[in-house]
Amino acid sequence: MSLVLLAAFAAPATASAQEKVGIVRPDNEGALSDSELGRQLYAGNCSSCHGSNGEGVVGEPAEGAGDIQALGPPLRGAGEGTVDFYLRTGYMPLPDPTQVPHRTRVLFNEREIRALVAYVGSFGSGLPIPEPQPGNGRVSEGLRLFTEHCAGCHQVVAAGGYVTDVRVPPLSQATARQIAQAVRIGPYVMPRFSDKAISDEELDSIVAYVQAAQHPHDEGGWGIGHIGPVPEGMVAWLLGGSLLVLLCAVIGKRIKQ
Amino acid sequence: MSRLRDWLVSAAVLLAGRGRAHRRREPERIVAPTEPRPRSELAVVFLLLLSAAFAAGVPIIYALDPPRFTQVLGASLGLSLAFLSAALIVAGSRLIPDEQLEEDYPEESSREQAAVAEIVEESSSGFTRKKLLGSVAALTGGALGVAFLTPAVSLGPVFNTRQLYDTPWRRGRRLVDENGKPIAAGDVETKGFYTAYPEGADREELGSPLVVVRLDPRELALPAGREDWAPEGILAFSKICTHAGCAISLYRVPTFEPVQPEPALVCPCHYSTFDPATGGSVLFGPAGRPLPQLPLLVDESGDLRAAGNFDQPIGPSWWGVRLREPT
Repeated sequence: MSLVLLAAFAAPATASAQEKVGIVRPDNEGALSDSELGRQLYAGNCSSCHGSNGEGVVGEPAEGAGDIQALGPPLRGAGEGTVDFYLRTGYMPLPDPTQVPHRTRVLFNEREIRALVAYVGSFGSGLPIPEPQPGNGRVSEGLRLFTEHCAGCHQVVAAGGYVTDVRVPPLSQATARQIAQAVRIGPYVMPRFSDKAISDEELDSIVAYVQAAQHPHDEGGWGIGHIGPVPEGMVAWLLGGSLLVLLCAVIGKRIKQ
Repeated sequence: MSRLRDWLVSAAVLLAGRGRAHRRREPERIVAPTEPRPRSELAVVFLLLLSAAFAAGVPIIYALDPPRFTQVLGASLGLSLAFLSAALIVAGSRLIPDEQLEEDYPEESSREQAAVAEIVEESSSGFTRKKLLGSVAALTGGALGVAFLTPAVSLGPVFNTRQLYDTPWRRGRRLVDENGKPIAAGDVETKGFYTAYPEGADREELGSPLVVVRLDPRELALPAGREDWAPEGILAFSKICTHAGCAISLYRVPTFEPVQPEPALVCPCHYSTFDPATGGSVLFGPAGRPLPQLPLLVDESGDLRAAGNFDQPIGPSWWGVRLREPT
């Protein structure tokens, strides 16, 4: 009895201290058709911020589920490609609309993602799910294009960085499809690149380059952040120099007075 | 047969004379004799052999599969050198005798110092107008200092700033992309980020490269006099940052304005941040003046063209830009 009471008192405290993550699932998920599952998941997890029909909550924030101030862009015309990207990177659902979406644990399972993607995709035509073919791309061409269009923010080794007020994510975990989606969507404050700016063939090369950058060949054995020969030289001098000083101390003899 | 006899005779002579060589007197040694240390010698030999073995391993590993064994190659060569130094250290500390020598400083003599001071004093008796000579020498030193500092002016244009206003951009010159293809206004999308060059001009010139972005015309708040510089909301700025001359290669543009930072052009070198909506004004960072904006127009075929030149100097802020009007 006392345990139950304790738990009852403790629960609100922990609940408010914790980040509000978690999703609402229909109880009888297995029995639902895909379209009905998508509709229910959308209503439970997305509709406070994106509106019950994907019209968004624009202008004044509204009272959303829980006690969040709901605010969100319309999803009409976002397309399946966009929804697929935001769900599979864990960018959405966002606990608080003012938070910066970042790569996190994916809360929906595979069937739920498919159902949601199909349901939100039905709001209006938009970007389809891209099918990049990095095998057809050329890494050297990808390096050139990546340097020109992407490296300003993501660094030439795709390690991420900073823009004023914004963190730029590293691409170490991005899948081929997610790279292609991000280029076309421009998530958060990233610019977007249409197929007139970067053609599908060029995109294949960019994906091939990013995949090469995800698994660099470290011939020396230790990449030291892959930021070039200067830190490598500094580390080599520091280690080598300390070793030499130690060796001198070992083999030298102190003059006896 | 006679050869065999010769051999036998020589052998007999050698045997007979053995040990009877007249003993030469040992000369006096400089270095005191050290006791023999056969075990240390053996250790040195062993270490040298190890070094040789690893050194010999290098060509063998290289022959096996050159591109894949870089680390093994390095390790083999490194171990060889390490054993070589170990051999030298053992030999140096165990086999080669050492001695300690100490030499004291000579005692200083006050008489010599006084003599030096006297020599200096007496040598300057030829100077009768010391003040005059001193001032002239100071003048020469100062003039030479100025002469040495003069090349610093070349760090940036000071007297002739015309070149900072001379760009390839003229009214009617078309904007092209990096492949030389004209940029159609309809292809420039909001949230897109484009680099453009002047058609038929040198792209390496400081004034050539542009960044082109498109904003909703309702969001624009351009300075007075620039109302028609951004047709359809398409804005062009010099790609060269006004702080240190890096290329503006970062563009942040919000997906959802209410909760995300406003659009901004950012320089990757020192994070100078410019607001395209207000004509390139500085939002943040070390840049001292706005990003120069190029007036645009859309021609009959829908391509982007310059409507004139920049009205400000392009490129980093040399002293001459801050101090002087264009000449």
